[in-house]
Amino acid sequence: MTATIKAPPPDRRRSRGDLEARPIRRRSLGDLKVALIFLAPATVGFVVFYIWPTLRGAYLSFTEYSLLSPPEFNGLQNYERMVQDGFFWNALVVTVEYVVINIGLQTVLAVGIAMLMYRLTKSITVRAVVLLPYLVANVVVALVWYWMLDFQIGIVNQFLGWIGIDPIAFFGESVWGIPTIALINVWRHMGYTALLVFAGLQTIPTYVYEAAEVDGSTEMKTFWRITLPLLRPVLVMVLVVTIIGSFQIFDTVAVTTQGGPINATRVIYYYIYERAFTRFDFGYASAMAMVLFALLAIVSLLQLRLLRAKESDLA
Amino acid sequence: MNISRRTILKAGLAGLVAPAVAGCNNGAASRGTGEVIYWLWDSAQLPMYTECAKVFHEQNPQYSVKIEQYGWDDYWSKLVTGFISETAPDVFTSHSSRYPLFAAKDQLLPIDEYVAQDNLDLTIYQPRLADRWIGADGKRYGLPKDWDTEVYFYNSALTEAAGISAEQLNSMTWNPQDGGTFEQIVARLTVDSKGRRGDQSGFDKKNVAVYGLGFADAGGSDGQTSWSWYAASNGWKYSEGEPWGTKFFYGDPKFTETIAWWRGLITKGYMPTLAQATSGVDVTTTFGAGKYGMTPNGSWMLGTYAGLKQVKTKLARLPQGPVGKRMSMMNGLADTIWAGTTRPEASWAWVKFLGSKTAQDIVAKAGVVFPAVTESMPAAKAAFAADGWDVTPFLEPVEAGDVFAYPANPNSADVNAVMTPAMESVLAFEKDPSSLAEANDEVNQILSAAS
Repeated sequence: MTATIKAPPPDRRRSRGDLEARPIRRRSLGDLKVALIFLAPATVGFVVFYIWPTLRGAYLSFTEYSLLSPPEFNGLQNYERMVQDGFFWNALVVTVEYVVINIGLQTVLAVGIAMLMYRLTKSITVRAVVLLPYLVANVVVALVWYWMLDFQIGIVNQFLGWIGIDPIAFFGESVWGIPTIALINVWRHMGYTALLVFAGLQTIPTYVYEAAEVDGSTEMKTFWRITLPLLRPVLVMVLVVTIIGSFQIFDTVAVTTQGGPINATRVIYYYIYERAFTRFDFGYASAMAMVLFALLAIVSLLQLRLLRAKESDLA
Repeated sequence: MNISRRTILKAGLAGLVAPAVAGCNNGAASRGTGEVIYWLWDSAQLPMYTECAKVFHEQNPQYSVKIEQYGWDDYWSKLVTGFISETAPDVFTSHSSRYPLFAAKDQLLPIDEYVAQDNLDLTIYQPRLADRWIGADGKRYGLPKDWDTEVYFYNSALTEAAGISAEQLNSMTWNPQDGGTFEQIVARLTVDSKGRRGDQSGFDKKNVAVYGLGFADAGGSDGQTSWSWYAASNGWKYSEGEPWGTKFFYGDPKFTETIAWWRGLITKGYMPTLAQATSGVDVTTTFGAGKYGMTPNGSWMLGTYAGLKQVKTKLARLPQGPVGKRMSMMNGLADTIWAGTTRPEASWAWVKFLGSKTAQDIVAKAGVVFPAVTESMPAAKAAFAADGWDVTPFLEPVEAGDVFAYPANPNSADVNAVMTPAMESVLAFEKDPSSLAEANDEVNQILSAAS
């Protein structure tokens, strides 16, 4: 820091006349040093908590490792096992079902809320309220809904009773398990997603709307022809991030159904956790985590490609 | 200012590293040589063990104990990560379902030498209880601290309304064909939304207001609080060896007919469906809301049931089965020492103290669990009586010797991973009880592959 403030020491080269180039080179070098210092904590964190565990996970996926005895290399055996493992395929199907319900509903609702906010109010209070569920810890949200959706004594079933609907075993019935968990997380995340979309809406210049109005476009037409296409880059970013997050569903399952009834909610992350930490099958769990990693990378790349995330229709 | 920023940065980094280093080896360097770290999961027992630690320190001034408590789920994952990172506690509370694996992985310190060296009298404990902590390898891994059995907790207002006397409740019989007098009582306790009882004509099993019998889950591989006593009193055993099994018998007709009868109660409308029973907080909360006539449960739940203020809860014996006896699972906890401890002497002193009458009297007087030391039982009985519990139904099977052990097995997590979905499929009527034979083959395959 002090180095940049000090006057440059006399230099032989200066007399040769390359005075112009000097300060630029000096400054960039000086900045590099400072930049490194500022980057160091984040880099250390990234390497220690992300890169290293990923590499180690990749290594462990080729071993038989029961946690309490040292890992033994076993080649591709874990991956071969995975192909035969019905639980693994079931977990993938269940997870995809969750992602489809969760992301589908969440995105539609988020765009809806964002549009409402954009058209009706710019109040900070409303934005804060919309964000509230997201500020509550995942586990707390799951627990509160678990109580409210109780079959015998939950308030939701009580309410359904008043309007003449038979009580529903939200967490106990196989068909309801995943939709229930997906809806809980839609409730928690839609406000946050709506804010991201809302920010995207604000980047759309008003003149395009004015032009649409002049041309006599209806509200619906404006939304489909102007808002959505111009929102695409933001929407892609939001989709990529939320889909990755959605695939990693774990806490709500861990707090409520723990994979049951039978195998109806045994999502891939929960299955990996079970294998690793209750059955001490760490090598196999690592292999599954690697497959999930590859899967997510492919899904994200495909999305970015297909939805042309880098281009905007504005230009 | 010129130097200070960098110095602060360095100091900060050093500060971050120092505790991390000291954190290794469960803080051996930073704590006193006589200090033992002790873990337990039951918050209700924390006060008693704090008291025990105080008395222990008074008797052994050279030693002290630091107690840490974590909830059941956190407890086991923290413990395992502790084993790996060498930060596990010196002494910890252990469970029959977990210790066999830890012992098999050399994480527990065998205490045979200490027991021999101190000439410890193991006959002060309830019969057979101390031997539960002899592992498959024949070594002893812990001293028992408490024990538990199962009974029915019933809502006495509901039984009175049904005209069922305490005598009837305590002399129930059961068989897998018609369910005996037990099923008659359960039927009578069941009430539909129009007030008709399960044994009356016109009973509407589709609209039940109060179920005669509640249950927590399908029971997994042990069925401890769901079906274990029916199966045992039908002459069934978990495995060929008790408690160390290498071949399980979940496909045995004695077991499958028991489960077929049990799930039949759902068809008859006396018990909620699996979906209803498991879609919610837990079985005790539902019982506390007056929705179940009775629920089977273990003695460790006495405190929870006492906390249910809307209902008056009483205890009834398990039914007498085809073998002519009432059978209950008897399980218990023990204190075990981590093999990686840096202070085995102090740890042993603490384990020995916790297994002594002095410590167990302190535990007994609190009236939370039944102490392992036989002579401490009267104090526990009195403490429970003061809370309004007559705990005799828990004690009788132990006194009569009609108890069986929790199925011990180093691969219990794998066995459970097969049996939990298998039992749930049967209880959800997605598969027939005969399908348990396939699950059993799978279990035995896992066990033969592991050994």
